[in-house]
Amino acid sequence: MSSNKPIEGSVEGSGAEQRKGFSRRTFIEGIGLGAGAVGSVVVTDGAQADHHVPVGPDPVSITLNINGKNHDLKVEPRVTLIDALRNQLDYTGAKKVCDRATCGACTVMLDGLPAYACTTFAIEAQGRKIETIEGISAGDKMHPVQQYFVEHDAQQCGFCTPGFVMAGKAIVDKNPRPSMSEVEDGLCGNICRCGTYVGVRQAVYDAAGKGSA
Amino acid sequence: MATKYDWPAVEDRSLIGKRHDRVDGPEKARGDAKYSYDRNLSGMLFARLVTSPVPHGRIIGIDTSRAEKVKGYKGHVNILNPGDEIQWAGKEVLAIAADTEEHARDAAHAVAVNIEKLDHWVKEEDVKKAGEANRVKPAKDDAKGPDLAAAWEGAEVTHEGYYGLGVITHCCLEPHGQVVDWTGDDIKVYASTQAVARIPADLAKGLSRDESIGRVEAGQVEVITPYMGGGFGSKFNIDTWGIACAQLSKKTGKPVKLMLDRNEEVTVAGSRPSDYGNVKVGAKKDGTIVAYESETWSTGGIAGRGSPPLPYIFDNDEKLAQKIRHLNVSTNIGPARAWRAPNHPQAAVLTMCPLEDLAAKLDMDPVEFFKKNADLTARPEVYRYEIDKCAEMIDWKNKWRKRGDSGSGPVKRGLGMSLHTWGGRPHDSTCEVRIEPDGGVSVSMASQDLGVGTYTTLSVVAAETLGLDIPDIRINIGNSKLPISGASGGSTTVGGTTASTRRATVNALEELKGVVAESLGVEAGDLMAKDHKIFAKSDSSKSLSWADACKKLGNRTITGQGKQPDRDGGKLNDSGVGGVQMADVSVDTETGIVTINKIAAVQDVGLVVCLKQSESQVYGALIQGVAWALYEESIYDQTSGKMLNADMEFYKLSGAGDIGELEVHMVQNKYDDRGVIGIGEPPAISPGAAISNAVANAIGVRVPTLPLTPDRILAALADA
Ligand code: FES
Ligand code: FES
Repeated sequence: MSSNKPIEGSVEGSGAEQRKGFSRRTFIEGIGLGAGAVGSVVVTDGAQADHHVPVGPDPVSITLNINGKNHDLKVEPRVTLIDALRNQLDYTGAKKVCDRATCGACTVMLDGLPAYACTTFAIEAQGRKIETIEGISAGDKMHPVQQYFVEHDAQQCGFCTPGFVMAGKAIVDKNPRPSMSEVEDGLCGNICRCGTYVGVRQAVYDAAGKGSA
Repeated sequence: MATKYDWPAVEDRSLIGKRHDRVDGPEKARGDAKYSYDRNLSGMLFARLVTSPVPHGRIIGIDTSRAEKVKGYKGHVNILNPGDEIQWAGKEVLAIAADTEEHARDAAHAVAVNIEKLDHWVKEEDVKKAGEANRVKPAKDDAKGPDLAAAWEGAEVTHEGYYGLGVITHCCLEPHGQVVDWTGDDIKVYASTQAVARIPADLAKGLSRDESIGRVEAGQVEVITPYMGGGFGSKFNIDTWGIACAQLSKKTGKPVKLMLDRNEEVTVAGSRPSDYGNVKVGAKKDGTIVAYESETWSTGGIAGRGSPPLPYIFDNDEKLAQKIRHLNVSTNIGPARAWRAPNHPQAAVLTMCPLEDLAAKLDMDPVEFFKKNADLTARPEVYRYEIDKCAEMIDWKNKWRKRGDSGSGPVKRGLGMSLHTWGGRPHDSTCEVRIEPDGGVSVSMASQDLGVGTYTTLSVVAAETLGLDIPDIRINIGNSKLPISGASGGSTTVGGTTASTRRATVNALEELKGVVAESLGVEAGDLMAKDHKIFAKSDSSKSLSWADACKKLGNRTITGQGKQPDRDGGKLNDSGVGGVQMADVSVDTETGIVTINKIAAVQDVGLVVCLKQSESQVYGALIQGVAWALYEESIYDQTSGKMLNADMEFYKLSGAGDIGELEVHMVQNKYDDRGVIGIGEPPAISPGAAISNAVANAIGVRVPTLPLTPDRILAALADA
């Protein structure tokens, strides 16, 4: 069995090699599967929808509208929205867990619809309304989804909770009278390891039709 | 003998045993709770690990020259060095820090590790092959009870079968890791840990191996963990990445964050040993079990590991002939860590499944069969009561059919059950309770809340004792500088921490009563604290509000100390519980898909402190159980030696739509005299066996190994 052949360890794509320019492959890697070292990405210029402007790899200045407030920051184009929120702006409610669009812990609202912030580039969130868990309660008054999360003990360690609250809010925003199975369907993009679904689905069900914070 | 520390009698309890909202619920629901992963300190660097891509090898060289030129690079430390052996893919080799998370990743990718590859082995189910690869060691060879040969002779019905379940991983949503801030002599560690009080010594010891740092004392280390995102038994130690993170902080003079990425978390930060084996059971025609014999094997990484307590629960040494052989298979996979109720879920599968198969052969209803044999367990009365209660909850009488008797349609419905036990001896704990002149009350200890409800249970105990409400109590936990309390593992926390809190609170209250007695002109022994008042039992007009009573302290703060264990401190806790679970499933015999209709769980834990959170623990255990019964398994590839599903897409957990209806009954007011016993482990044991039994009942054949994935269901049907 023993090959005794020395092999090289983890030397997947160094930054230098991948930084040369945009290619479709590096773009895709950057989105979902890559070693993380994608250099530049293409954004669509709003004025000319078919005109692609490459940006990066150096940081670019962007403005993000989060919970109604504009934030100016500089990010490398490869930086995901979750990393920009958490690492640069200290919005740490949304969590990074799978980092691959599976668990929903990073869920935020983009223009009123739930989105995985781990699979959205920060630069792509420009010009959009970003709403995070920090923005859905009104001062001391929690959003009904949050209130019912407490009432039904829909949280143990709580690490998945912000993502579930946002998914729950998205369900009740869209449908003020969801059935229990519609609630379950709406929650199926989120995962909890502690096993809080009994409380979570009841909380979302009860919060439906109860308005906002 | 009754003491002043004893839990109040049931009629005197206003908070204990009732439903209360989680004290830390709002902070979590708002996303305000700061976990280790959420700490952003000024000037903080980000660190990443470089890990081994090979499962077994020896390091020849580590070349960081290119990494050091990567933009933002700030430093690195070796975890392993040339010459060191690697025993599993994903093993940490080096940690590297940079100014941003992206740059840290770039720098990690630019490190070249040269490894000489050695033979590896990652598979254990085929134990013969593992043996040929020289990976099998005997671990246990035990015979107990009456003569085995005679027992087999006397057995009127026997059954023999193969059962098992694969390796699973903890997959905590907050990965292992920490932020370390080393300034001057002080080392602050924001660690995602189950053992706040234990980490300082662990870290100091780890650091003392680094000669460039010199001596580090545990007293320099402060661990801060107000919240942590799941552990399940995998987060007791500082681990190599914690030591490396501290070294990087020292080296760079900056705070450093090092959290495992998902692949690392799933691959190296925890696994539950597998268990496979052949089991033979025998009974009299009336259903009395007379013999159990097993030959089983398991892996939990290179050290082998995993030895299930067989036969499980039905283990009376006088009545049951038993022979147990167990082998350990050494594999190059991430090493085992404790996983909720270590070895018990496996033991439940390897016992309850063959026993239900035997009951089917005997043509007996499992409810009757298990009740009949309850005398072979340590707590027959508890189990009989729980079996009846659970059967009622799941409507066993009306819903249960004989095995294979589930109609001619493609979707078959079935019921199954399992029993479990756990010790949960309370851990040691010290508590300090303060009563302030302004009426404030705080409870402090270096414990932690993993999501199990420590904040709430301690609040319940202190508020109950002082006649206050839960919001009146401030809980200080999650800091290693507070009075020492045990690590949270093995269902030891609630028993230990509620006892030390009760004693400390009673002691503090005694002192306050002394002050109040003087000012009211009554005997201190005549005073009672209830409804925010302290009053004389003999004359309730002699009374002070809580606030006024505390004002009498002038500028003095009362401190009450309490500890666990305490021989003179009353009977506040115990160990050893029983539980029963029953599952109702549907199996589509055309697709092999199993649907959970309902699971019912009955659980005894002595005195329940907070009913709502006890139930949550059971719900969580059932939901985790659905995952490992139906979906969850770490899959290793022998060719590459790697875990193939080290993510959350192909490492399947259950979702909100997968769990059916869950009903939980906590046994209350029956065994309360025993005091408080932990609840984390017991309900996590039975789900797999109960679900597997329900599937066998539905489709008429046993699907031998968990998880019960569609391919396995269809294969078992095809074999039948
Ligand atoms: S972290 Fe984004 S979906 Fe899991
Ligand atoms: S509450 Fe812990 S992961 Fe959901």
